Amino acid sequence: MDIPFTTKARPDTGLYNAKLGIWLFLASEVMLFGAFFSAYILLRVGADPGAWAHGLMNVPIGTFNTFVLILSSVTVVMAWAALKAHNYSLYRNCMVITIACALGFLVVKSFEYAEKFRHYEVWMKDGTRMTGHIDYQDGAVKKHAYLWNTKTLSKKKIESIAFTPDAPNEWMPGQYYPPMTKEQLEHVKKHDGKGDHHHEAITIKSADIQRLSAFVPAHSTFFAIYFTMTALHGLHVLGGAIVLSYFLFRGRKMWQADPDHLTNRVEVGGLFWHFVDLVWIFLFPIMYIL
Amino acid sequence: MSDHTHDISKHRKIYITVGVILLIGTLCTFALDHFDSINLKKKVGMLVATLAALAIATVKGGFVAGVFMHLSNEKKWVYWVMGITIFCVLGLMGLTLWGMNDIPGQGHQFDLKTGLPK
Repeated sequence: MDIPFTTKARPDTGLYNAKLGIWLFLASEVMLFGAFFSAYILLRVGADPGAWAHGLMNVPIGTFNTFVLILSSVTVVMAWAALKAHNYSLYRNCMVITIACALGFLVVKSFEYAEKFRHYEVWMKDGTRMTGHIDYQDGAVKKHAYLWNTKTLSKKKIESIAFTPDAPNEWMPGQYYPPMTKEQLEHVKKHDGKGDHHHEAITIKSADIQRLSAFVPAHSTFFAIYFTMTALHGLHVLGGAIVLSYFLFRGRKMWQADPDHLTNRVEVGGLFWHFVDLVWIFLFPIMYIL
Repeated sequence: MSDHTHDISKHRKIYITVGVILLIGTLCTFALDHFDSINLKKKVGMLVATLAALAIATVKGGFVAGVFMHLSNEKKWVYWVMGITIFCVLGLMGLTLWGMNDIPGQGHQFDLKTGLPK
């Protein structure tokens, strides 16, 4: 049985079926992400002063990933235009670049997540808070601690940790334990929290720690909404990449069987891909900068 | 992406031009945060920085939707579907924000007997 209106437009809507279908699907996606953006605004506006984790995102990396997604958006629309012009080899090249960009985005994002999983905040019993990294010795090897929390300290029976505090940043402008000398503070202030500047590790006794958490969803409201939204977006990137890969690897057969049908499929896949790009265009400033 | 016949090479140039505009917009957003000389957060406050960043994002989003997704030239069914959706999203977002202070004991104060604001 042939599925009707895969290439020709329906007379009543003026659209072929898959195109109307993808727009209805995108409408449901707008509602989904709209709900999350509403939740973000509500949480952001309602956050107590100092409770929103400013300045902890890697803005250059976020900018790079935005470039990557924009490039992929250009190449996917160029792939569709190439099919319209009956230029299959150009279509294939554009599609390869699009999928490479999608995978590149996910790889960069996974490194970004991993960096967050080894970045910590420690709340001391005297009320002091600071952010930084924890290293530990595993035999002769020095390792980064991933995903530790307060329970890890008691489970592993750790009496003290070697904590390397960050330079003062926008969110946490200079609370240190123990208090720094004037010279030390001047030195780290020069770096203004930018880049990966760290000063020397300090030893903190586990008994003095009120709470320890990596930058995971349980850390704070900011990281909860950050991971929820970026992970959901990441799943969309992965889904889009799988669909576009199908059109790339099975494209030759589809092209030979029915060129118009492949062109329409790429158009529909492209519309989804542009939507994924559109979501990131708004996610980038609100998560990384504001 | 509309079906009618296009001059493909002309459209390719438009896509590349829009791509460059989007990259420039991204650089502007990055510059807002990165360079102290134009860091709006430090210079004029968070509200202006937020408005500027969202304005850039809206322009970029408009280009993606209008040109790449061909929303500038689509069938009325698509406009109806997306128009109703955007209306619902913005309406629900607005209602949520409007109602966020209506919590007894926080923000507006209510008389618990009458339910009216004090």
